[in-house]
Amino acid sequence: MTQTFVHPYIPNTAPEIHAEMLAAVGAASIEDFYADVPEDLRLRRPLDVPAPLPAEQDLARHVRGILAQNRTTEERLSFLGAGTYNHYVPAVVDEVIRRSEFLTAYAGEPYEDHGRFQALFEYQSLMAELLAMDVVNVPTYDGYQATATGLAMAGRLTGRIRVLAVSDVLPEKDSKVRDYTRAGLEIERIPTAGGIADVAALRDRLSDDVAAVWVETPSFTGAVETRLREIADAAHAAGAVVVVGTDPIGYGVLTPPALQGADIVTGDIQSLGLHQWFGGAHAGFIAVHDEPRFVMEMPSRLFGLESTDVPGEYGFGDVAYDRTSFAHREEGKEWVGTAAALWGIAAGVHLALMGPQGMADLGELLLARTAYAQQRLAAIDGVRLGDDALHLREFTIRFDGARAADVVAALRAEGIEPGVVVDERTLLVCVTEATSAADIDRLAAALAAAIDTEEKDQ
Amino acid sequence: MSLPVAPKPSPRRFQQASWDEPIVFELSTPGERGVLVTPVEPVVREAVGDVVAALPEGMRRTTPPALPEIAQMRVLKHYLRLSQENLGSDLNVDIGQGTCTIKYSPKINDQLIEVPQLRALHPAQDPADTQGALEAIWRLERLMAEISGMDAVSLASPGGSAGIWTNIAMIRAYHASRGEAEQRDEVITTIFSHPSNAAAAKVAGYKVITIYPDADGYPDLAALQAALSERTAAIMVTNPEDTGIYNPAIKEWVDAAHAVGALASYDQANAAGILGITRARDAGFDVCQFNLHKTFSAPHGSGGPGAAANAVSAALAPFLPGPRVERVDGRFVVREPGELSIGHVAPAHGVILHVVRAYAWIMALGAEGMLEASRIAVLNNNYLLKKVLEIPGASAPYATGRRRIEQVRYSWQELFEETGISSEEIGIRMADYGFHYWTSHHPYVVPQPFTLEPTECYSKAEIDEYVAALAQVAQEARENPELVRTAPHNQTVHHTHHDDLDDPERWAITWRAYRRKYFGEAPDGPARSALPDAEAALAEPVAVGA
Repeated sequence: MTQTFVHPYIPNTAPEIHAEMLAAVGAASIEDFYADVPEDLRLRRPLDVPAPLPAEQDLARHVRGILAQNRTTEERLSFLGAGTYNHYVPAVVDEVIRRSEFLTAYAGEPYEDHGRFQALFEYQSLMAELLAMDVVNVPTYDGYQATATGLAMAGRLTGRIRVLAVSDVLPEKDSKVRDYTRAGLEIERIPTAGGIADVAALRDRLSDDVAAVWVETPSFTGAVETRLREIADAAHAAGAVVVVGTDPIGYGVLTPPALQGADIVTGDIQSLGLHQWFGGAHAGFIAVHDEPRFVMEMPSRLFGLESTDVPGEYGFGDVAYDRTSFAHREEGKEWVGTAAALWGIAAGVHLALMGPQGMADLGELLLARTAYAQQRLAAIDGVRLGDDALHLREFTIRFDGARAADVVAALRAEGIEPGVVVDERTLLVCVTEATSAADIDRLAAALAAAIDTEEKDQ
Repeated sequence: MSLPVAPKPSPRRFQQASWDEPIVFELSTPGERGVLVTPVEPVVREAVGDVVAALPEGMRRTTPPALPEIAQMRVLKHYLRLSQENLGSDLNVDIGQGTCTIKYSPKINDQLIEVPQLRALHPAQDPADTQGALEAIWRLERLMAEISGMDAVSLASPGGSAGIWTNIAMIRAYHASRGEAEQRDEVITTIFSHPSNAAAAKVAGYKVITIYPDADGYPDLAALQAALSERTAAIMVTNPEDTGIYNPAIKEWVDAAHAVGALASYDQANAAGILGITRARDAGFDVCQFNLHKTFSAPHGSGGPGAAANAVSAALAPFLPGPRVERVDGRFVVREPGELSIGHVAPAHGVILHVVRAYAWIMALGAEGMLEASRIAVLNNNYLLKKVLEIPGASAPYATGRRRIEQVRYSWQELFEETGISSEEIGIRMADYGFHYWTSHHPYVVPQPFTLEPTECYSKAEIDEYVAALAQVAQEARENPELVRTAPHNQTVHHTHHDDLDDPERWAITWRAYRRKYFGEAPDGPARSALPDAEAALAEPVAVGA
């Protein structure tokens, strides 16, 4: 068979090698290898896809041309959050995770991939300090999955099916969690009061058939749950597990949920060293106390420290591998697969750089800018804060007369993304270290002008 | 000794980097800083005061998190040293990780994604500002539709197993929409399908039935027919299976499932040998998923992120997860999931980094190139099969004498019986020569298993080098088994003790747990939950409610 197509990614198309390999296996042609594929299933035509760009420079020009249509949050002033956050990513984080030894490693054993095991053990350990809990998993896909699994764990732990959700949950996350847990759990929403849990209503609904109380802090609206201790005491009295969904960004200054009675703490680490990536770079953590009843319900891999034959040398391995679907298929705990390990390494590097002072400084900055933005926006005629809860990074504003979508459209015309529309009159605004006081002032001025115009139009 | 230099030995001599690096916490020096945070502006402080002091009772963290304090260069050095202690596929002839399709991840694709136009893009931005990202998604969806033959595609699933979950979630929603959710409570898979098919079906609430191979080593059609009934929700199969065997009766399997009203779900994780050869649609499947980090070259990232493309027939399209990207009058718009959709399976639009990488890979190859990639992957595999079977003690159970597609699950059973050296021990010794080697998923249906998948990316010389190392280790197993048994000898660390990893009293999953257990330290935070034990809760009635 004549070979004419030689591609840089495919070495053995070179004609002589190709012929030599066929001869070595005693095959007349590559067709021989497909003998088990029935003829009526064969696609006897070329795939109908665009003509290729095999020369690298042509490919680069084509792909860059597509992406060049995008306008970034560096070109626009962005107050968008709702699960994906514009935090600063230190250069060292990117430097480490771009290393091809990490980027192209996969499933090597603890010896040959010792570095990967250590980096992920360190990630688990650094997160554990931030969360004040003794067990953290190798990352799962994202915070949605982490919370869904946290609730499923609570269902298995208790043998119960009711879940009481006491916080405002990001709608997309709620969608995922409900569909994921549909077979085993029934999730009941208890409306929030003033942005946080209505603890009296929770107490009324708690009984000995409740598997978990699900708390989100900061919630969808950025409200920090300040009554977690009361919630946990009530839940535990009913034998229910306290499952928290969180973003760990504030725990340099805020009390972490474990110190207020949380049993399973879950969330997303995109805020810890990952760019926004159009919402495509998330990873989820699940943290528990170091008790087998919790640990043995975790589906994810857990990397543990070990000794070796050499004194002073650290080794690593999989802890309680027998829990997993790798070991027992459908009899394992949920499943484990390729998830988001590289992002765990990134978050580990980020926390190692930040240290306790960096996380404290960042937490304070976010609290201060949030309060400042709340002040500035609430001072605008026709704008009110959604609630008076403590907020971290995000909060809602309500318009007396203006429509949120119209405000967004007006501000986009000035190069500002003022927030995510929650409902007709509500906007979710997010500030980070990327949005300075001057940026917030600019938002306030533009909002005031837009609302003024809206009202004149009406 | 003088020039000329003697010829190199085969297999090559190898010594992995070994930095004896401390745990990151041990690098801490109080007061050092790795990175600084932009300060709170005076105007802000003046307006809001001391926000930390003003926190409500109990909300201020009293003990700072015990993170290490390390200057920047030392953090960098630490992690770069750890990076060197990995056998990434850029360094290794990575044909030892069968089922996982470790291809070359083209460097240009990494460069193409490392641009502000992706990095600094938020999914809730004005779609007018994200047309490039939406176009990339839309284009890859069209390509995956053609590659699979299916009608509609979603790229939202953030991994291969996540894609399998999306498959079963759609199937469940489909049956529910027809009022058959209660009736159909079983899913059928095969033992050589990836374990996540069985596991995801279980999470979705199904009873799982597993079919074993028939006497000829092929998936057992008669056993399937016996298992199918009006209770079957779906068959969920990988094909070629993890043995590299293509089920020649796959159409009959799908038809049999359809005959009882079940759907057919195709795990295309093993599609690297069949792109442009045969398609899910042609065999009648209703849903399928491809792994962008396997078949379409995106890197594996030390274990993720991954990404899947879920492709479905028109009948299943309404059940796809959202958001959906549509093209209207030449512009790309985002639509929230519709009423029948399973909703959101992950944040935003999925792993855009892999979407762009996979798109670039396909565009670099085109129809002819993808076909050639498949054909060469299969040539490489059958060449490797021939060479491995020439090593005494190695075998390839099932479908004996038949050709395989893109991988093979081999067995060292004969060598094990002769030498007592297990497949795991051989794997550890292989890394002494700089090669990764993997055994198999569990259960070990194939005794002393190992699974190799050479893909299209490795040259004959590299495959020969891998086989030479395998042959060398097999020979060592016979002539000097102690050498194999005591491996590793020239890797990053030495023989590691695994006894503590399964004992809750002794395992150490984090540094703080290690310090607490072995050094009696008391880190900030409770060691145990306040949740009563289930047994305790049963023993004494609990007060509930207000």
